[in-house]
Amino acid sequence: MTDKRIVLFAGHYGSGKTNIAVNYAVRLKDEGYPVLIADLDIVNPYFRTKDSEKELAEKGIELICSDFANTNLDIPSLPKNMYRVVNDKRYRAVMDIGGDDAGAIALGRFAPSIAEENNYEMVFVANFYRPLTRTAEEAYGVMKEIEAASSLKFTSIANNSNLGNETDAGDVLSSVGEAERLSELSGLPVLFTCCENRLYEELKECGKEIFPLKLQSKLF
Amino acid sequence: MAEKVLMKGNEAIAEAAILAGCRHYFGYPITPQTEIAAYMAKKMPKIGGCFLQAESEVAAINMVYGVAGTGKRVMTSSSSPGISLKAEGLSYLAGSDLPSLVVNVQRGGPGLGGIQPSQSDYFQATKGGGHGDFKMIVLAPSSVQEMADLTIKGFDLAEKYRMTSMILADGTMGQMMEPVSLEEVKVNEYDKSWAVTGTKCERKKNIINSLSLVPEELEKLNFARFERYKAIEENEVMYEEYMMDDAEICIAAFGIAARVAKNAINAARKEGVKAGLIRPITLWPFPNEAFRKAADKVDCFISVELSMGQMIEDIRLASECKKPVYLCNRVGGMIPSPELVLESIKAHCKGGTK
Repeated sequence: MTDKRIVLFAGHYGSGKTNIAVNYAVRLKDEGYPVLIADLDIVNPYFRTKDSEKELAEKGIELICSDFANTNLDIPSLPKNMYRVVNDKRYRAVMDIGGDDAGAIALGRFAPSIAEENNYEMVFVANFYRPLTRTAEEAYGVMKEIEAASSLKFTSIANNSNLGNETDAGDVLSSVGEAERLSELSGLPVLFTCCENRLYEELKECGKEIFPLKLQSKLF
Repeated sequence: MAEKVLMKGNEAIAEAAILAGCRHYFGYPITPQTEIAAYMAKKMPKIGGCFLQAESEVAAINMVYGVAGTGKRVMTSSSSPGISLKAEGLSYLAGSDLPSLVVNVQRGGPGLGGIQPSQSDYFQATKGGGHGDFKMIVLAPSSVQEMADLTIKGFDLAEKYRMTSMILADGTMGQMMEPVSLEEVKVNEYDKSWAVTGTKCERKKNIINSLSLVPEELEKLNFARFERYKAIEENEVMYEEYMMDDAEICIAAFGIAARVAKNAINAARKEGVKAGLIRPITLWPFPNEAFRKAADKVDCFISVELSMGQMIEDIRLASECKKPVYLCNRVGGMIPSPELVLESIKAHCKGGTK
């Protein structure tokens, strides 16, 4: 966790940004902050922050996302109230950025305001079990592409290495070394290592800061 | 790091194609299969391959025709409306006896339909997919691992029989993530003496063509092609049976529907209803024999489909209408729930409430 007003999660396509963003927003809310969560994904019509709309509403977390998210209308757009993220400084804001450099382009519009306020944490989400980010070097390449597309620099790393339902504690632990190599390559600290709630008991005393995740609901 | 990789179904298809030696991909983006093109766009330039975003689906399938004529492994992918656009090209590929791999990650239809999963292109895939007498080998994956494995298999079968293999997946299969293990592929070598590769003035030139104006000759070509299809029907059928040994009611389902059906069968068994599953992996050639045999044992069949009932016709044909075949379905992008399938099983089993 960080004290910065805006926390952004960006990274490779399918690395788990949305799940982390939703969980992070819930944690902030539980700590008593007024919280906004913003879905900036203009690339993927599926697996959106809006999937957790009900849970977020029950928690009193305000969701800002495309008017067309989850409507079957495959249109990349952002709503006008997205500017609240940078303008409404009463709130702690969590931003869920689209995957890869293509998804991070939408962030560029807000980058100057975010940089000027200079009270943000931009977290690179890495899953070293995903293709095209199997190694620290590959992940570092994606990191640089996202920075170029978004006009913002990363400030930390979240290690979200997992194999979906089949993940065990060993899978998480054996990814720690790769995350540390990425940390050396980029000069950025590892903010936390993520795991599903079911693995938290096994991992909480592993010496790393563990961020447990409740996954968005799945149909099958 | 573990050998397994967490992949989307679409990514698994793309990576498996590369492992199978495919270095030419032509496509046009459409949800829910765009990740295949995106993956190819990132990876092909790094390995000396060719990724090209065509100006349309029609252009892409004709680029496939061109590369296929040279005997190189080539593929395209799309989703339902895009496959309709490729129909002419599929027929020309068949008429020229060219191997290719075509992926259809189906979405709800007809028309532009929606972007949620569907299986309503079953007829289109298994009954030809274009004009003229022809078949495609149609492979129906039911997991992300199978998206990869059947892609590799599809390339092999396409070359072995000089025809198109189609991966008939759906939006769920394309979008869902599962761990996959990918290994080096041993690529089988088949005769390519027909390929257009330059004669170097050392041999008679090969011609790739689907035009044949002499009816006697065109008839001969069609007969010969169907002799090959017969060999495929005899040798290449693939299916999975689940709890069929003592089954009294047989569910038939492929792809995502088969995963749902397995959950329903497990629930039915807990309630004492002996249900089982036949999951066709090749939709063409269809596992006729498995259904014919099952018809002598079970009381009835239930076809679970994300369509208005398409595979159900093949089950009736295969089982020679010996037993009733019922339909359990959702359409338009909806997926039947395990509860819905369980209800259908209970309604149709002996002493049920049908």
